[in-house]
Amino acid sequence: MGLKRNVGLMEGLRYQGKGPMLTYYLHRISGLSIVIFVALHILAGYLSNQAWGSSTGLFINSIYESWIFQIYIFFCALFHAINGLRIVILDLWPKLIEYQREAIWIEWLVFLPIYSIALFVIIRSGLGG
Amino acid sequence: MKEHPRTAPQKGFNFDYLMWLFTRLSALGMYLIAIVGVTAALLMSARQNMSVADLMRWAFMPNPNHVVNTNIPNVDTWKGIFWNVMGILMLLFAGGHGLHGLLNVLEDYISRTWVRNLLRGLVLVVWVVMSAIGIYVILTS
Repeated sequence: MGLKRNVGLMEGLRYQGKGPMLTYYLHRISGLSIVIFVALHILAGYLSNQAWGSSTGLFINSIYESWIFQIYIFFCALFHAINGLRIVILDLWPKLIEYQREAIWIEWLVFLPIYSIALFVIIRSGLGG
Repeated sequence: MKEHPRTAPQKGFNFDYLMWLFTRLSALGMYLIAIVGVTAALLMSARQNMSVADLMRWAFMPNPNHVVNTNIPNVDTWKGIFWNVMGILMLLFAGGHGLHGLLNVLEDYISRTWVRNLLRGLVLVVWVVMSAIGIYVILTS
């Protein structure tokens, strides 16, 4: 039964899920990162614009504007969006689930060029180019 | 790990199924809002006056605060009732999608029934409060 789990941490890490398992982990990590980022960003916008021009909001947004943070959050947003589109397509047309490994290859082929270009632009402007 | 027996999810038309469907449909809805936002921005002279990063910022949340620091001369067409509705839709889709996802992850690691119910209540409260703050920010910016 799937509801009984007796898998320890090390056993879980050794699990050979390969491509689908990697996207599963990355989807969860990027999703949680986006939830935390968006929640703090809404609060920061509220604090700095609507509530007395608080410096806390400006401080939070100054973290978000740094280029190192942008590298991370753009990875999360882009990966979550592209992987999410794959999940939606495979879930709404269940016959396609047979080809999910191929779908994951296509997904990386879409993700990598877009993210590489963005990475190049972010780092170049981050280093003052 | 201590076992906490719980019932299997029910099949059929229930809250969990509705949220499963909402997660998929809200994803498509957010894609649609982002595409509308980018298309409209390009028609409103974003090509000449905005960087790609600012365009992305606008795509994720069509709010005039994301435009005022660009070279766009006049933000009047970038605010108003249409963009307010788009922004609020984006906020509600993203909030429901994200917080339900958070709950999904948490419930994978928590098996005590009362803790799960407590978390469901907490996430609902966070969703209502954050949506209220977000709508207020959108309507007053």
